[in-house]
Amino acid sequence: MDKDAKLAENEEGTVLFNTDPIIIKYHYEIDYLHSYAQDSPFFTGLTRRKLLGSRCTSCDRRFATPRGHCMECGAPTEWFELPHEGRVHTFTTCHFGGQAFLKETPFTLIMVEFEGVDTLFLSRLIGARPEEISVGMPVQARFLRNCKFKPTDVYFVPK
Amino acid sequence: MRPVYMISGGITKFAKALPQTDFRRMVKDAFDYALADLPSLSREEIDGSVCSYFSDHFTRQLMAGAMVQDYLGLNPKPSRRVEGGGATGGLCFQSAWEAVASGRMEVCLAMGFETMGRVNTWKGNEFIALASDTNFDYPVGGFYTGYYAMMVVRHMHEFGTTVEQMAKVSIKNHLNALYNPYAQRPGRLTIEQVRASQMVSEPLTLLDICQMSEGAAVAILASEEAAQRLGGNPVRVTGVGCGTDAMRMADRPQGKVILLPHESAEEYAGLRYPGVHSFRGGRMAAKLAYGMAGIRDPGEELDFVELHDAYTSSEIQTCEDLGLCRYGEGGRYVDSGAPFLPNLDYGLSFSGEKKWRPLPVNPSGGLLACGHPVGATGLMQAVFAFWQLQGTIGKHLNDATLQLPEPRRGLIHSHAGTGTYITVSILERV
Ligand SMILES: [Zn+2]
Repeated sequence: MDKDAKLAENEEGTVLFNTDPIIIKYHYEIDYLHSYAQDSPFFTGLTRRKLLGSRCTSCDRRFATPRGHCMECGAPTEWFELPHEGRVHTFTTCHFGGQAFLKETPFTLIMVEFEGVDTLFLSRLIGARPEEISVGMPVQARFLRNCKFKPTDVYFVPK
Repeated sequence: MRPVYMISGGITKFAKALPQTDFRRMVKDAFDYALADLPSLSREEIDGSVCSYFSDHFTRQLMAGAMVQDYLGLNPKPSRRVEGGGATGGLCFQSAWEAVASGRMEVCLAMGFETMGRVNTWKGNEFIALASDTNFDYPVGGFYTGYYAMMVVRHMHEFGTTVEQMAKVSIKNHLNALYNPYAQRPGRLTIEQVRASQMVSEPLTLLDICQMSEGAAVAILASEEAAQRLGGNPVRVTGVGCGTDAMRMADRPQGKVILLPHESAEEYAGLRYPGVHSFRGGRMAAKLAYGMAGIRDPGEELDFVELHDAYTSSEIQTCEDLGLCRYGEGGRYVDSGAPFLPNLDYGLSFSGEKKWRPLPVNPSGGLLACGHPVGATGLMQAVFAFWQLQGTIGKHLNDATLQLPEPRRGLIHSHAGTGTYITVSILERV
């Protein structure tokens, strides 16, 4: 036993914002191994310039934002290809956002409605100033060439 | 189920940041206030608790509820955490109600907090946006104000709602809060000021949106026997309801309106419901709560409403869900002056449309002016409603301006996501 044991010291310090109360900087970050699981084919589709929705195998309800099982009847869904043209169901231009998106502001969000499809799809619209956008406006899908495997691999422009 | 009473409540001041107190101490302060307000109630009388807080990210502490239980000296009694986004506080209130109604507990403490000032506002917005689908919604530009802006743009398209009507909600709630010392952002505003404040997500400006907050609130619920034994001035919880909807706004159906007893299907012919303009979960919560409380026409049978106005637009949408006016009439309802306090001068002229009985909405100032420390918010509404029904607003706010004359029945409404979890509870004077 060593009764004179001492921890080795280092020269690292703590960022201090305030002393009464003591407020320190506490850093935290994490990398997830995030699986798209049953939604994966949607993201694969984007790499092939395909916009995939899902259709209920039992009640034929059509979802523009895909889901593995039908929210109305619980039956499994199958993939189908959505048209590349739709209409603006609603829209907004964000001048602020969460920290991750602040550098992209202002950006325009739209919910797209497709002919014969029961639900909507959230996306970004570029190529139109806020005052040029209206409910019902026709829009056209475009795809990133360098896919990121994110829903933003597809975006919309005025048609 | 047996009758349940609210027997005491307490809240802390809500503020952008309260760095002198951690979450445990905040809840302790609110708890001590509630105990002091009902001297016959001791800690020993409390059989257990439910703790509500929304985000582990904000707290930077898992199992924070267990630490509150410990700090309040309630170990080893039963406790649990409930979480459901913005509706966390309302869910907590109903969970405590269940504990008492079922006979599991005689006295149950509902306690909630949030500490949102521990990160910067934009990181906070990012945390909140994680309460949207992280595969399809969040990565597109996850921002709750953006989602609510899209909803109200559609509400405006369907029904002709205007930004001026939204601004009047902001004026009402901020002005009411001038008489509420617990409120974070009271103020006297004009329509021009609301519209000229910073544009956040079109058409919502900074003054259309509630702020990030820190604070705590508690509500203590008890059985009839315990309420009688402990004395004081209890208020009865006569109805509870909860409703839900798809996390993704994109998935909302375009179906038929869920009708309240005073409505008919004919008046909504052609309306695709809920779409993204209405909250089906809010309507379901109201329908269930009204059914339990025996309310057939809420506009006639309620005396005030404390609802979840995270946005001016969502107050208008929610008045419709709650059946205070018909779907589509929310903007005109505001114009009429019905939801304003009759004893205050808002600097506005009202349309005077007599279709609706005066029914103050958010007399406390609501989330817009009081703040929104998420896990505490739904309980804050319970505390303000409790004091209104007791007639003790003057005592607790040191100012009786907001006290309604002899209110008999109030409604509290707590709301999460884009209408994903919603609770409605009815409180009545005994
Ligand atoms: Zn189906």
